[in-house]
Amino acid sequence: MKLRLETAQSGPTARRISLVLSPVLALFATLLLAALVLAAMGKDPAQVLRLFLIEPLKDRRAVGEVLLKATPLMLCGLGLALCFRSNVWNIGAEGQFLLGAIAAGGFAMWASQNFSALSPWFAVPGGVLAGMLGGAVWASITALLRDRFHANEILVSLMLVYVANLLLSYLVFGPWKDPRGWNFPQTIRFADFTALPRIGTGMRLHWGFVFALLLASVMSVLVFRTHLGARLRIGGLAPAAARFAGFSPREALWTTLLLSGAFAGMAGAMEVLGPMGQLTPHVSTGYGFTAIIVAFIGRLHPLGCVLASVLLSMWMIGGELSQSRVGLPAAVSSMFQGVLLLMLLGFDALSNTRIVLTRVAGAGGSSQSGGPSRSERATVATPLAEPGGRPSSGGLPGPAGAARP
Amino acid sequence: MTAETPAGLPAAGLPAAALPPAARLALRGMTKRYGVLLANDAIDLEVQPGTIHAVLGENGAGKSTLMKAIYGVVQADAGRMWLDGIPYAPRSPADARSFGIGMIFQHFALFESLSVAENIWLGLDRRWSLAAVDGALRKLHDTYKLQIDPDARVHRLSVGERQRVEICRALLGQPRILILDEPTSVLSPQATRALFEMLRLLAAQGCSMLYISHKLHEIRSLCDDCTVLRGGRVSGRLDPRRSTEAELSACMIGAPPPPLVRASKPEGRIMLRVRGLRLVTDEVQSGSSATGTSSSGGPGHALRDIDLDLREGEILGIAGVSGNGQAALLDALSGETRQHFAPAPKVSGTLELEGRDVLRLGVGERRALGLHALPEERLGRATVPELALSDNMLLAGNVLDRRWWLDFGALRRAANAVIERFMVRAQGPDSAARSLSGGNLQKYIVGRTLGERPKVLVISQPTWGVDVGASTQIRQQLLALRDTGTAIIVISEELDELFQLADRIQVIATGELSPSMAIDQASVERIGSWMGGGWREAQA
Repeated sequence: MKLRLETAQSGPTARRISLVLSPVLALFATLLLAALVLAAMGKDPAQVLRLFLIEPLKDRRAVGEVLLKATPLMLCGLGLALCFRSNVWNIGAEGQFLLGAIAAGGFAMWASQNFSALSPWFAVPGGVLAGMLGGAVWASITALLRDRFHANEILVSLMLVYVANLLLSYLVFGPWKDPRGWNFPQTIRFADFTALPRIGTGMRLHWGFVFALLLASVMSVLVFRTHLGARLRIGGLAPAAARFAGFSPREALWTTLLLSGAFAGMAGAMEVLGPMGQLTPHVSTGYGFTAIIVAFIGRLHPLGCVLASVLLSMWMIGGELSQSRVGLPAAVSSMFQGVLLLMLLGFDALSNTRIVLTRVAGAGGSSQSGGPSRSERATVATPLAEPGGRPSSGGLPGPAGAARP
Repeated sequence: MTAETPAGLPAAGLPAAALPPAARLALRGMTKRYGVLLANDAIDLEVQPGTIHAVLGENGAGKSTLMKAIYGVVQADAGRMWLDGIPYAPRSPADARSFGIGMIFQHFALFESLSVAENIWLGLDRRWSLAAVDGALRKLHDTYKLQIDPDARVHRLSVGERQRVEICRALLGQPRILILDEPTSVLSPQATRALFEMLRLLAAQGCSMLYISHKLHEIRSLCDDCTVLRGGRVSGRLDPRRSTEAELSACMIGAPPPPLVRASKPEGRIMLRVRGLRLVTDEVQSGSSATGTSSSGGPGHALRDIDLDLREGEILGIAGVSGNGQAALLDALSGETRQHFAPAPKVSGTLELEGRDVLRLGVGERRALGLHALPEERLGRATVPELALSDNMLLAGNVLDRRWWLDFGALRRAANAVIERFMVRAQGPDSAARSLSGGNLQKYIVGRTLGERPKVLVISQPTWGVDVGASTQIRQQLLALRDTGTAIIVISEELDELFQLADRIQVIATGELSPSMAIDQASVERIGSWMGGGWREAQA
């Protein structure tokens, strides 16, 4: 028995369908698998899935919480989608988020300690800008090392997450610790004028969410309507073509890393100036990492990221609810996140390829007799993945080119 | 690629099936339809044992579809095949190989980081051990003079050597029929001659061959039979040894090819002056070629002290076996070496465009000054395969006069203009680059750059894998461009092309460039000996 993946040829319509269909299928497959795992754990799958899918949307306040948590996911996801589209593998949004939180927290602390009253029109944007700067500076370390020393951006950005975490811990356990905070590792509570204004009463949802939505549309325009976006996309699709065209790979590196760093930093700032109101070691609950899933579920499309961030936010809240209500370990809900991404990648792979099962009879499977072949095949294979075959991208002279849709 | 059989296809055209033909391979009524396009229309073909049978045709004539059907890549909608009189219907290439059909593709599928023997071993069924492959390769070396080092890493090999690897792989399957898809498109004259000798030796031992090509002189010197395809049908069966090139090409394209017009050239001023140009890449620094064969040298071969002068209104041809520094030369001239992160390839020397030093300028700045370069890789470098022709217009422009917004209307109009002016067969500006055939894509690429009004154009392999009609058109355009005063460098491994186009020829070998020879003093023999570095002996 031989199992192999072969590239299937599909038209642009089929590709477009699979673009939308595979996240939906992945979601259903994940739910199915989750139900099985839950059943095996002795939990009632229906009850738990209700916590994931229905409880987070049950009333206005719950929806507000979903959108509140969707905001940082969206912001981080937007930046990451741009990076991934441009072939820049920044997976350290978590660290950039933390630096944004630190910078915004620092600003808010300074403002709270030095002014008794300040216009929120100055304090809030100031804090957000400080956060963006912090995130961008953190991302620029990755860009610099990649640019100057060819250091792998995946490793550098990931490792900087841990550095950022330690930096945050140092600050809140040390110099920034609230002297009247009963020795808890946290800063003072920031003054009210630094707080992000809320959208409605009885909700923690703040205007940052609306701002993130606006940014998503801006990013959509940037990626698909501007020359810069085209340069970045081309660099991601075909680096050699970008070099041929004279597009600078350094431009792509710095633009995407600084932008995504600033976005993640903004997310961190909004988290601190919004629901938290102070810095603690637990500013983030893994937003920067979950945003990687958001970017992919959103098909690296800014508007897709909006939808995906809401979905993943429900997921996070569902995880918390099932922890408190049915005692499900937190690891299980992160496992579901991982399964979702894995399923998506799997369905993506299967929409471009198909599995071919080959049963080869006899030791060599050769038949020199000239009679009908003794090999049997479950499916008729396209030859593109054959060792003796040709790469799928090449165009044979002849009707292969004419077979276009 | 659906294998639907549209109703109403002629099931007729089959002869009395009771009497199988006695040929090695016989095809009757082979028909294959892709959507509205009838790629193969009731094709009959017979290949006799121990003969080399040419299949001649332009791009889109149906050669590839027919070969794919024989090799089991696609299933014909109608028609039958016999192999040595026994009905034959392969359902996959592996199936076809088990029947003793081998195929050498134009593009190779080799793992760069593995050795020659390992590559071949991976492609064989699992009866073979690596040691057996190694031994068999050394035997092939003795039998067919196939120079190949089983232990060499593939990334170190030149294109010609890679082809030899593919041929070895096919030969180890002891094929009854070997299909060769334009095998000489990447070879030097000497290598071509060696290949032909080997093919004749193979034929003498009883192996039949299907030889796909549109190079008429090759077919005439090599092949025993010739079937010509045009528009999916058989347009003629000729004896290539007794037919003239005009007869063959008339059969292939329906009319004799338009002759290339050459105007006499005036002596123009120097547009491009290169002195002592060197390019050092990490790949070369880390050690020389491990193959030990004379024509070796990795694709990243460095340039050593390149000198050349290029005048207004002339075409300088650069001949050479692939992998001798052509790619590096194009990168150094285009400025693409500057579009890398550190450690970028190090370029030094003098590179002057109209007297201005451009060595430190990037692609966009050089283009702004009128220096354009077109690489041989059409998909993935000169175009983005997934993007529409209109979007691909972005690649040719000059990045310096970038605008903030994309003007989709302007891009579409520009793409349309190229499509119409250069007769690109495409469904329109929205069709993806990868949907075009090689010839049409090249017409688009060349046309796109001509719209930028280059003062100096460097073009590599302008007609590699392009059919006769499109080749003629592209060459005509290059000549017309020269006549308007543009200085052109054509880097090509096809000597025919250089003889047609160039006013002067320089030869590149192991990263060095020979002195220039005028075209009327050039001969295949002389260039051939220079390809091995023979000019140095003449100078010594």
